[in-house]
Amino acid sequence: MKRENIISVRNLTKKFGAFTAVDGISFDVAKGEIFGFLGANGAGKTTAIRILCGLSKATSGSGTVAGCDIISQSEDIKRNIGYMCQKFSLYEDLTVIENMELYGGIYGLSSKEINSRAERMLKELEFWEHRNDLVKSIPTGWRQKLAFTVANLHGPKVIFLDEPTGGVDPLTRRQFWDMIRKIASEGTTVFVTTHYMDEAEHCDRVSIMVDGKIMALDTPAALIEKFGVKSMDEVFRSLARNAVRNE
Amino acid sequence: MNRLLYFIKKESLHILRDVRTLLVVIGIPIVLMLLFGFAISTDINNVSVAVCTPERSASIDRIVSRISHNEMFTFNGYVDTKEIDEVLRRSEAGAVIVFAQDFDRITSGRIPGEKAVQIVLDGSNPNVAASAEAFLTGILNQSLSGTGQMGMIESHILYNPQMKSAYNFVPGILGLIFILVCALMTSISIVREKEMGTMEVLLVSPVRPIWIIVAKMVPYFVLSCLNLMTILLLAKFALGVPMTGSLLGIILISIVYIILALGFGLLVSVVTDKQMIALLISGMLLMLPIMMFSGMLFPTENLPWVLKPFTYIVPARWYIDAMRKLMIEGLAFKDILLEFSIICVMAIGILRVALMKFNDRLE
Repeated sequence: MKRENIISVRNLTKKFGAFTAVDGISFDVAKGEIFGFLGANGAGKTTAIRILCGLSKATSGSGTVAGCDIISQSEDIKRNIGYMCQKFSLYEDLTVIENMELYGGIYGLSSKEINSRAERMLKELEFWEHRNDLVKSIPTGWRQKLAFTVANLHGPKVIFLDEPTGGVDPLTRRQFWDMIRKIASEGTTVFVTTHYMDEAEHCDRVSIMVDGKIMALDTPAALIEKFGVKSMDEVFRSLARNAVRNE
Repeated sequence: MNRLLYFIKKESLHILRDVRTLLVVIGIPIVLMLLFGFAISTDINNVSVAVCTPERSASIDRIVSRISHNEMFTFNGYVDTKEIDEVLRRSEAGAVIVFAQDFDRITSGRIPGEKAVQIVLDGSNPNVAASAEAFLTGILNQSLSGTGQMGMIESHILYNPQMKSAYNFVPGILGLIFILVCALMTSISIVREKEMGTMEVLLVSPVRPIWIIVAKMVPYFVLSCLNLMTILLLAKFALGVPMTGSLLGIILISIVYIILALGFGLLVSVVTDKQMIALLISGMLLMLPIMMFSGMLFPTENLPWVLKPFTYIVPARWYIDAMRKLMIEGLAFKDILLEFSIICVMAIGILRVALMKFNDRLE
């Protein structure tokens, strides 16, 4: 089967004055792939994600996300992606369903569509009875799962998850990764950053950024073998050890 | 457009669910109006006046009668020279009017160079003393006019003949409230989203950043219009401010001023990432100059010359000036064109700078 790339980046560079945050990175991510985007703090991950999400313009290089050019079609990119970060846990003073209505509305879904999707997704999550609860009354683990559901409400082609499991207990993390695998199996590409190396092993492929450059990119198993170590944690440490930039 | 409505609904829900803040925002103008209107007043009421005179004459009786008929003063009887200090100390009188021996002869010019009347005041409350002095001098001047001694000055108080301080405070309160509601609340609301990380999620969505901001401003704009209405109604019916000027002018200039305040809010939210800092900037950098340099509390004319130029760059000064003209002096809209134009230019300027900075920060 021909591999269909949903993200394709060539020599992507972002400079802030004399500082090169992202230094000529190139990679492809296939449709339905879970792609781990790893790197120590300050390695340039966030800057790269901001460019891919259409929030920031690259200094040089080219690329497409969901078939849209990252330089000229950043607004079109936004329509086709979902985004969730660690800090984001929905609006606390709104109910679950109100949060879903807001985000569905932002992405141009009709009220009918929002309601039917919300019902299906919340029932799958076994959370339908709590749809009218205020988010602030819901435990953190649940909030993260709900945030993920909301980010996926409009059926994006790619979903960017920036450290989605930060501060979440191990059981919820496992459930969270079950959810990730499920949407990937349905064809959504998942682009995820994490500091948990055991999570990196759940990814189909991972890239590791050091000082703005991608220093390793392969399946977790291949990387472990290549570096002659036992885990992704050791792969990461052996690369990050040489980092010049330190936050 | 539909997307904007979803946002406005969300912002309105934030405000409506935070009942305490909502009550404060709606309640503060009412409390301030009633406080300044009734409780905190620089007006003087019922100052007791005693009279010390070595002899009674028709002209002295006429003056005493004038004082006792004035609603600010209560005539408290005649005292002896030795008792003056005592009645003032015991607060039996706030002021004592001392007539000179040969009062009639002095006032008719037969004894040149002599003072005819002396006013002795209790200075423990300087504001009351100063006002009482001014009014008593006025009454004496009126009574003695034509005698060629003291009555050459004719004092005539225009626009606020009763000198009611509440009249003056209403425009000041409006100038303050709009900055409080629009600038402070808007900036905090935007910065809160930055702190929570939701701003980033919104920016990744297809909604244009400017609509996110517009949606934040709309509910506060509505809230401010509500405040404007409450304050105007209270001013008219509770405090009896005349408001004979152009009502359309009052509404128009207030709306431009509200937009200007929203621009300030946006600017504050752009330059800071922390709610606390936004609060401090709005509180210190916006509120303080309004209190000091806008003429709300102190007349701008009385400021030292070094500080006077500051008043020109404080938008509230122009707004309060214009509102005083419209509400108290009863002037027409054409009479406040200068103030209106200045506020328009300031509003456009602030919004332009704020939007430019906002876009810069996005990159």
